[in-house]
Amino acid sequence: MHSAKGFYTVGEPIIDEKSPAGPIETRWDRRRFGAKLVNPANKRKLTVIVVGTGLAGGSAAATLGELGYNVKSFCYQDSPRRAHSIAAQGGINAAKNYRNDGDSVYRLFYDTVKGGDFRARESNVYRLAQISVEIIDQCVAQGVPFAREYGGLLDTRSFGGAQVSRTFYARGQTGQQLLLGAYQALARQIAAGRVEMHPRTEMLDLIVVDGRARGIVVRDLVTGGVSTHFADAVVLATGGYGNAFYLSTNAKGCNTTAIWRAHRRGALMANPCYTQIHPTCIPVSGEHQSKLTLMSESLRNDGRVWVPKQGGDSRAANDIPEGERDYYLERTYPSFGNLVPRDIASRAAKHVCDEGRGVGPGGLGVYLDFADAIRRLGRAAVEAKYGNLFEMYQRITGEAPYEVPMRIYPAVHYTMGGLWVDYDLRSTVPGLFVIGEANFSDHGANRLGASALMQGLADGYFVLPNTIGDYLADGPFETVDSAHPEVTAAVSEVVDRITALLLVNGDRTVDSFHRELGHIMWEHCGMERTEEGLRKALKLIPALREEFWRRVKVPGGGEGLNQSLEKAGRVADFFELAELMCVDALHRKESCGGHFRAESQSPDGEALRDDAEFSYVAAWEYAQPPVLHREQLTFEHVEPTQRSYK
Amino acid sequence: MRLTLRIWRQSTKDDGRLVDYRLDDVSEDMSFLEVLDVLNEELILAGDEPVAFDHDCREGICGMCGMMINGVAHGPERATTACQLHMRHFADGATITVEPWRAKPFPVVRDLVVDRSALDRIIEAGGYISAPTGSAPDAHAVAVPKPDADTAFESAACIGCGACVAACPNGSGMLFTAAKITHLGVLPQGQPERDSRVLDMVRAHDDLGFGGCTNTGECTAVCPKGVPLDSIGRLNRDLLRASLRPRR
Repeated sequence: MHSAKGFYTVGEPIIDEKSPAGPIETRWDRRRFGAKLVNPANKRKLTVIVVGTGLAGGSAAATLGELGYNVKSFCYQDSPRRAHSIAAQGGINAAKNYRNDGDSVYRLFYDTVKGGDFRARESNVYRLAQISVEIIDQCVAQGVPFAREYGGLLDTRSFGGAQVSRTFYARGQTGQQLLLGAYQALARQIAAGRVEMHPRTEMLDLIVVDGRARGIVVRDLVTGGVSTHFADAVVLATGGYGNAFYLSTNAKGCNTTAIWRAHRRGALMANPCYTQIHPTCIPVSGEHQSKLTLMSESLRNDGRVWVPKQGGDSRAANDIPEGERDYYLERTYPSFGNLVPRDIASRAAKHVCDEGRGVGPGGLGVYLDFADAIRRLGRAAVEAKYGNLFEMYQRITGEAPYEVPMRIYPAVHYTMGGLWVDYDLRSTVPGLFVIGEANFSDHGANRLGASALMQGLADGYFVLPNTIGDYLADGPFETVDSAHPEVTAAVSEVVDRITALLLVNGDRTVDSFHRELGHIMWEHCGMERTEEGLRKALKLIPALREEFWRRVKVPGGGEGLNQSLEKAGRVADFFELAELMCVDALHRKESCGGHFRAESQSPDGEALRDDAEFSYVAAWEYAQPPVLHREQLTFEHVEPTQRSYK
Repeated sequence: MRLTLRIWRQSTKDDGRLVDYRLDDVSEDMSFLEVLDVLNEELILAGDEPVAFDHDCREGICGMCGMMINGVAHGPERATTACQLHMRHFADGATITVEPWRAKPFPVVRDLVVDRSALDRIIEAGGYISAPTGSAPDAHAVAVPKPDADTAFESAACIGCGACVAACPNGSGMLFTAAKITHLGVLPQGQPERDSRVLDMVRAHDDLGFGGCTNTGECTAVCPKGVPLDSIGRLNRDLLRASLRPRR
C-alpha cells in the first residue's frame, strides 16, 4: 500500500466519456458532428460567463460573442489586454511544415505526448496538433505581426524538445501580439454589444444551483461591492497557480482563487503537483525580490549553457579558458544539446549548482553564453533576434550579454495541473468549463516550449465554442432566483470570509506569509521532491495556515480599493492548494516530467516513470482528507518509452 | 541606499496631497516597485494605509504600472517601465517625487491608481480587423513585405500604459491611437477597414476628452516601447484621406 496513506482516500475511477474511440485522425471531426447544435435564435437566449481574459478567455469570449451568445467577461486587471499571456515571449507551435523539414500534425502530436512524459491524453493532444494550423491562419487574419522573411512569408524557429522549426514568433513578444489579437477581437464584440466587460472584478466563488454551474460571486475591486452574476454556463480561464511558490515568472496578481473555489464546489483538481520549472530565468538577487523574470527559451537556440569544470572557481566568466568550461548539456545530451526539454535543462542546472559549480551570488546560476553565436553570426544578427531580451536582461542585472555571458537559473513558470476536464473541456460540475492553463488537459507532466499559447488559443477559439453548444443545447435553464438558498449561501460565505480576514488584525503582513509559503514549496515541492521533504511540508503548511488566520494584518476595510485584502484572499487559497499539491506529489512515487521524485531515478539520474502503477491522471475531490479518482491513460499511438534526448 | 519618497496620497476625490516617507535600507538591485513594496510592508505594520499602485507582470509588458517619477512618466530611464526601473539609477540620499498619471480622461481612483478605461474605448471604436474565428485563409495566402511587417510590429508593441497621455501637455492620446492605426493600416489584412478605423477611433479619442496633438514629442520620449512619433503623421495622412473620400 501507499506510504502516503492517511493523507488521502481512494474513490471511484473517472472516465472521459466525451472522447471518441476509433481512428485518432477523425476523432475531433466525429465529436463535432456528434455534438448537439444550438440554433441561432436560441443562442440569443443563452448567457455564458467567461472569467479571465488571457489567450484562452479572451479568444473564447470573443468567439462566443461572434456566435451570438450573450457573454459576460471578467478580469481582475484594469483592462482585458493585461492578462499574463501577454508576457509569453518565445512563440507558438504549429504543424504547418512551411520549412519542409519533416514536420506534420502527427509529429507535433508525437513530440507533445513524449515531451509530456506520457502523462497526457492522446485524443486531446492530437486535436491540439490539428488545430495548431488553424490558429496561425486566424492570427494572421487578425493582423498579428509575426516575424517574416524578406520574401514576405512567415519565419519560424526551433524550440526545446523539437528537432523541427515549427515555432512562429513576433520577436520576443509573441504572447503580447497574440493576446492583443484576441483582445481586439473581444473589443469588437464589446462594441457590438455581444460581450459585457467587467474589468477590475474578481471572482470569489462559483454558484452551483441544482447541480449545475449557474453563476459567480464577484467583488468589484474599486468599490468593494460583492455581487452575483448568473448564466447558463460558466467558463474559467483564470490561468495557472505558479504563485503558490511566491517567486515565479507569473504576474503578481495571478492566483488560484477561481479554480480553487470551483474545486471546493465539486470540480476535481487534476495533477496539481505537475509544475514546470523553467530553466532560463534571471537569478534571484535578494530577499526583496518580488518576482522572477524569464529569459525566453529561444535563447537556447544560439546560447551555450556552461559552468566551470571546477567547483569554487571565482574567476570572471571571460577569464575561464575554453578547456576549463563544462558545456554540460552538450556533453550529456549530444543529440539535443542545449535544446533539451525544460524539465531536463532545469534539473541539470540544479545538479551542477548542487555540486558547487554554480556561478554568481550564492552559486545559484549557470552561464548562457552568446560569444560563439556573435562570432558565427555577427553582433547585428544576434541583436536582431534577441535584442529586446538582451536589453531586458541588462536593465535588471546591469550586465551586457554581448560582453559577458548571461547568468540564468530555473524558476517556477507554468502549472500543467489544473481542474480536470473531459474532451469537451467540461469539468465534473455540469455547466462549468475550464480552458487554457487553468485546466490540466494537454501537456501531461511537462509542457514543451511554445505550446502554452497554442493550447490557450486552441481551447478558446476552436474547441470550447464547438463543445459548449452540446451542453447549452439543453438550455436555456430555469432562471436563477437571487434569493435561492444556494445563492445566498455563496454570497454570505464570501462576505464572511472578507470580514474574517479584516478582523484578524494581527502583526504579520500578507506578503510575509506568502513568502514563507513559497520557501516551503520551493524547498520541498520544487525541482526535486522526496517523501521526507513532502511529509515535512505537509506539517509546515497547515501550521503556517493556522498562523495566517491568527496573525495576518489586513489594513483598511472592505469598501473601496484594498489591495492588501485582495492579496489576503488569494494567499489563503494558495495555502489550501499547496497542501493538495504536496499530497499529490507524495502519492505519485514515480518521477515523470516536471515531477521528479529523488527516490525514482534511472542510474544516470533521469526521471524514472512507473507506468504499471502510475499511468493515470490523479483527479482529486475536495474532502478532508482529499479523495483520489484515477483516470487511466492508454497509449495506442505513441508507445511509452523512457524519454531520451541523448 | 537612503531615500525619501514624496508620494501622492489620495483616497477621496479632493483630499490629494504629497506625503514624505523615509527609507533607510534600499538595495540598488531593487526595482522601483519593490521599493514601494518595502514601504508598504512598513506602513502596514505601523498601522497605516499602504500606497495603492497598479502593477502586475513586473517585466515591462502588461502596461499595468505607471507613475510620474520626478515628473517623468515611468522615470528617468529611456524605454523603461516603472517596474523595470532599478534603483541603481538613483543617487543615495535622493528625494523622489511619485505622482499618478494626470490627465482629464484618467480620473484618480486612489493614490497612484488611475482609471485608464478610456484607452479601451478607443480600441473598441475600431482598433481591430474584423476576422471572425474560422474565417481565415491560409497564413501564407498573402505575403507581407518584411519592412511592412516590421513597421506594424514597431507600433503593435504599444503596451497601453498611458504614459504618452500623462506626458503630453495637452493630455492627448494620439500616440496610443496612432500606434494602432499604424499597426493595422500597413498590413494588407487591415486595408478594408482602414478609412472607417481612423475616422471612428479619432472621433472616440476626441469625445473621451483627450486633447489634440501639437507635435510636442514628449509622448514618444517617454514611451517604454519607443513607438515612433511618425506614426502620428501616418494617422494624420490616413485621417485626411479618409475624410476626403466618400465613407465606405
